[in-house]
Amino acid sequence: MSTRRIFARPARFAAIAPYVWMVLFFLVPFAFVLKISLSQTAIAQPPYEPVFDLTAGWNAIRTAFGALSVDNFRLLVSDDLYIFAYVRSVTVAVTATAILLLIGYPIAYGMARLPKRWQAVAMVLVIVPFWTSFLIRIYAWINILQHDGLLNKVLLALHLVSAPVVWLSTDTAMYLGIVYSYLPFMILPLYATLAKMEPALEEAASDLGAPPWQVFWLVTFPLSLPGVGAGVLLCFIPIVGEFVIPDLLAGSNALMIGQTLWLEFFTNKDWPVASAAAIVLLVVLLVPLLLYERLQRRQLEQR
Amino acid sequence: MEGAAGAVNAATGQPLLRIDGVVKNFGAFRAVDGVSLDIKAGEFFALLGPSGCGKTTLLRMLAGFEAPDSGRILLADKDIAQALPHERPINMMFQNYALFPHLSVYDNIAFGLRRAGMARADIATRVAEMVALVKLEGLEKRKPDQLSGGQRQRVALARSLARRPQVLLLDEPLAALDKKLRESTQGELMELQRWLGMTFVIVTHDQEEAMTMADRIGVMNAGKLVQVAPPRELYEAPRSRWIAEFVGDINLFEGEFKLRDGHRLVIATGGAGTLVAAEPREPIAGAKLSVAIRPEKVKLSRRAPVGEGSALNQLDGVIADICYLGGATTYKVKLDTGGMVQSSVTNSARLDVDAYSLNQQVVAWFTPDDCLVLDQ
Repeated sequence: MSTRRIFARPARFAAIAPYVWMVLFFLVPFAFVLKISLSQTAIAQPPYEPVFDLTAGWNAIRTAFGALSVDNFRLLVSDDLYIFAYVRSVTVAVTATAILLLIGYPIAYGMARLPKRWQAVAMVLVIVPFWTSFLIRIYAWINILQHDGLLNKVLLALHLVSAPVVWLSTDTAMYLGIVYSYLPFMILPLYATLAKMEPALEEAASDLGAPPWQVFWLVTFPLSLPGVGAGVLLCFIPIVGEFVIPDLLAGSNALMIGQTLWLEFFTNKDWPVASAAAIVLLVVLLVPLLLYERLQRRQLEQR
Repeated sequence: MEGAAGAVNAATGQPLLRIDGVVKNFGAFRAVDGVSLDIKAGEFFALLGPSGCGKTTLLRMLAGFEAPDSGRILLADKDIAQALPHERPINMMFQNYALFPHLSVYDNIAFGLRRAGMARADIATRVAEMVALVKLEGLEKRKPDQLSGGQRQRVALARSLARRPQVLLLDEPLAALDKKLRESTQGELMELQRWLGMTFVIVTHDQEEAMTMADRIGVMNAGKLVQVAPPRELYEAPRSRWIAEFVGDINLFEGEFKLRDGHRLVIATGGAGTLVAAEPREPIAGAKLSVAIRPEKVKLSRRAPVGEGSALNQLDGVIADICYLGGATTYKVKLDTGGMVQSSVTNSARLDVDAYSLNQQVVAWFTPDDCLVLDQ
């Protein structure tokens, strides 16, 4: 009866669909990872213990529960390696997001001020890189940045440098790769907010005596803050956990948390520590999300 | 409030705002086509025209949002045609108000004052003055989306008046209000303008609004200013058939000039037979003319009127349509000569003893002086 009613009412099904999705693909896997993070490594298959065996009976499960511990989390906070990885991840994400905002805002602003038919063209130009695989585009950067790559050839030909510059395996290369890859995610939400802003608002500000820079700071920018927030989150969160770009373009002396995770999982085969690191990463990422949500709710309440 | 600057200029009789041969093109489209116009200090001037006639473009050039391709805009003898909006002592009230949604009522009104670098205490005084002027006391802390349409309109007005501009531009200021509110606001705007002595330039497509409020009306069509006149002159003496049809209702009969009888013209029309009309002030070239009569000038009676002189135009017909409007009734009379004439009769008595019924035989009559002779 109840299932039939759910399917008889598409609206109700649509309303619960996101929750089903969250439970199946977020909460359940999260519970697995959380459980593994509280386990210990073992030379076994799977490579950790205790293992819950529902067929072994009540007492066995209780013993298994008793064997869980927070040792892995203690290790994470006591070992410099992990703390440095978190700090570096957040530093890289903050710096890259700031650069993205500084580059993305003027582009989005310019797009929103184009004549309508050119806006569609600009939109396609922003999205078109997605038509090539992300990995191929990063490999292309390796090609451009390597010792005898395009960039060095151009610089040498223009006599701007006398010897090839080392670009690869530097932070510069990593930031270049990150900014290049994430720019559309910054531009699109900013463009969406700026394009729907009523042009009369800027005209009103200038009519009331505001020179162009004041029009921007007092009207345009404050009204584009929802777009800024969305763009910053869309870039900041994946960059904190970024693995491919730092692995391919940056040096190996300072690792980001994504790389550390990879090492623990696949090289050290230490699933419990890797899981614990993943849980902490999630918590680190939840903080800006919650802040953003609170900010939005406060804005709603003010209305 | 003082409106001293305006009053002084009015005394010298010099136009405060002089628009001189202004042209504006958008690509191949000529939006404003050589408009010249003088607006006196303290005047309430309306720009009237159908949508797309260029009135809004002209207003935007006065505000500085568009620069004219040629021509001059003089404000108190200074050419401001190329000045930027924030450099002009002119403010505008926008059609959809364009209130800043992130700022309170207070901050919206104070926005222009802060840009002018006014002292904090003076700003507070001025804002309080403005809030009282538009009767918004107690709402200073609200955000625009917490206000009703009428309140938003008042905030927009207060914000545009706060800097005491030499000229206030109003772009369809009442279009978003419902009928009752619009009528009461019209009265308040006129009172305010008279009291402040400020020069108002309003753009509207609503002729009743323009008639009610403005001292003078400029009618625009296809980028050109076709007539500038006080409301009464515009209605009673339109300069062309287009204006006559655009402003108010009118009966039009196309015909040919036959002969002159003193100051009267005899014109043979298709629909209404031979009509006698007073000679127009400016002669019209060619023999093809139109005779135009406003519906309220067309009287109806059951039989031919007596003692009104032989020059009276009398047309026999039957009532073909009745439209009761409350204060007046509009009758459509099917003439024996084939045409149709509209007559608007004031319902001066409550009981309908004077009312005509459908298919009733009537005589529609009007004097030659009530006829307008226009181009075809």
